[in-house]
Parts: sequence; C-alpha cells; structure tokens
Amino acid sequence: MHIMEGFLPHPWWEIWFALSLPVVAYGVYRMNLIIKERRETLPLLAVSGAFIFVLSSLKMPSVTGSCSHPTGTGMGAILFGPWITSVLSMIVLIYQALFLAHGGLTTLGANTFSMGIAGPMVGYLVYKSSMKSGLNLYIAVFLAAMLADLATYLVTSLQLALAFPAATGGVLASFKAFLAIFAITQAPLAVVEGAVTALMFKYFIQLRGDVLVKLNVASAGVIQKLKEASL
Amino acid sequence: MKLELIVLAIIVIFVAAFAYISATGNHEWGGSDDQSEGVISDLTGGTYQPWFHSIWEPPSGEIESLLFALQAAIGSIIIGYFLGYYRAMAKMKAAKSADEPEGKPNARPAR
Repeated sequence: MHIMEGFLPHPWWEIWFALSLPVVAYGVYRMNLIIKERRETLPLLAVSGAFIFVLSSLKMPSVTGSCSHPTGTGMGAILFGPWITSVLSMIVLIYQALFLAHGGLTTLGANTFSMGIAGPMVGYLVYKSSMKSGLNLYIAVFLAAMLADLATYLVTSLQLALAFPAATGGVLASFKAFLAIFAITQAPLAVVEGAVTALMFKYFIQLRGDVLVKLNVASAGVIQKLKEASL
Repeated sequence: MKLELIVLAIIVIFVAAFAYISATGNHEWGGSDDQSEGVISDLTGGTYQPWFHSIWEPPSGEIESLLFALQAAIGSIIIGYFLGYYRAMAKMKAAKSADEPEGKPNARPAR
C-alpha cells in the first residue's frame, strides 16, 4: 500500500500530512498515558508494534501473480484503539522509507493515513460492533483484522485516484484502475492476516486474559468462557 | 488445538493457490506497489515525474532483503520474548496457587 517517494503531487501530500499529524499527535498523548498509568499493558503494546513490524515486512505472493504485504494493524487497533496504532504504524513506515526506499518521506502522511488511521479505525469499529452483536470473539478479531487490511488498500487506491484522475472518467475511473491492482492481490492476504491475528488472541486470552479485560477488549465473563472452552 | 488447525488450513490453501498459479502461468511476482507506478504513467500519459527521490536506497537486492529480514527478525524477537514471559508467569502463578490450595495466594501465614 505504500505510495512511493515523490509520487503524490502538490497539494495532496500536504493534505494527507495535515490529516494524519493531529491523529498521530493525539496517539502519542494516549500512548504516554498508557505508559505512565497502565504499565501492565506494556508487553501487549510492544507485541502489537512488533506484529506490524513483522507482517509489513512479509511480501507475499498472491493469486494475481504479484506480491503485496499485510499490514498487521488490526491487533493494535483492537487492543489499544486506532489512535495509538497510528503511532506504531508511522514508526514502521519511517523505518521502511528511510532504510528500504519503500514508501517515502513525502508520502508518509498519506501512507500513515491509510495504514495507520483508516485501516485501524475500520478494524476497531468492526470489532466493537461484532462483539456487541454477540459474535464469537475470534470471529470478531478475524473480521476486524481482515477488514482493516482491506480498508488500508481501499484508501490507498482512493488517495492515488484523487491525485491522478483519469482524463476520461475522472477519479472514479482511476479509482477502479488502482483498486484492480490492490484489492484482488490483497484479498487472500487479508484472510490470512485475519486468521493469524485471531490465533494470537487465543494466546493472549490464555496467558493474560486479565489485561484484555482491563483494556476493555472483552468482559471478564467472555474471557473466562473462552479460557474454559480452550478452542 | 482447533483454532490452530483452522489457521493452518487457511495457510495451506494460500500456499497451494500460489503453487497452482505459479505452475500454470507465467507471472512476474512483482510488487503491487510498483504496479501502481505503471497505472500512474498510463493515466498521465507518462508525463508524471516523481518530484522527490528516496534519500537513500539499498544498493542491491541482497541488502534490501537483509533489511527486510532484519525488520521481521526484530519483530519476531519481541513477540516471542513477551509471549514466553507471559507463559512462564502463568505457569509460576499456577504452581504457586497449587502450593497454597486455600486462601489467597499472596496471603501471609497468620500467626
């Protein structure tokens, strides 16, 4: 989903920075609160960041004969919400922009918006509404992580389409063109990401269900039931 | 174990799909990020020039894969460390409460 260095013309790269930076700033504030006041959650914060680090480094082959990588942001979004996840994502994007020439510094705002804000926001909302409607927690995690991944690529396509509207058909036509590359390649990867994230949550619940309760991921009753079911 | 098996099945299907597609067709397996560059040049008639270039690029494919592997390794170490830490902690807690079957695990013996 990385928009490459220099590939967003004025004024779009500034616009996406303007939209992303306040969210990341608020995320830093929220993260500081957690670091100060809820130290028992820090290991999970580290794992969420590390999960993004690992998954976004894996370029996997897909059914279209091309490669793409998952985002890994669903886990952070479910555990800590989209604001903190935006900070974690930006750190990964900076690493890749500086050392891998993957993505870029001028497109950092746009990439942070798609991977760190839009995706996690979708994941968070999907998770919360799935849990409210009484879905099994693992299915809720699966859906949230999968849709966070897909939403990221949807937004990337939109960002590119807005910056490069087609001569005939405008933004919609180029949106379809970018989506044709990203969405089909991404769909199988998103399914795998959702499944692996759900599995991680199984271990979190078995080992530190109490922290998940504190983070408002699920009620104590739900966690207890899942522990006993040992699926 | 059930969830592990489901996840394993999904991964096997994913790998099988890759094996099938790479055996039946001729594909480049390029990055979708790079393909979007082609679409941009189609849309603009090849006129768009990136206005800024990466300040540093890995000098070769080997070094690039080194840095990608490093990224994955750092992440994996952190995940493994903390899951192991949690696991040992849960075990110790279980052992402790097994020693003291009654009352709170941290209660001091009353004297």
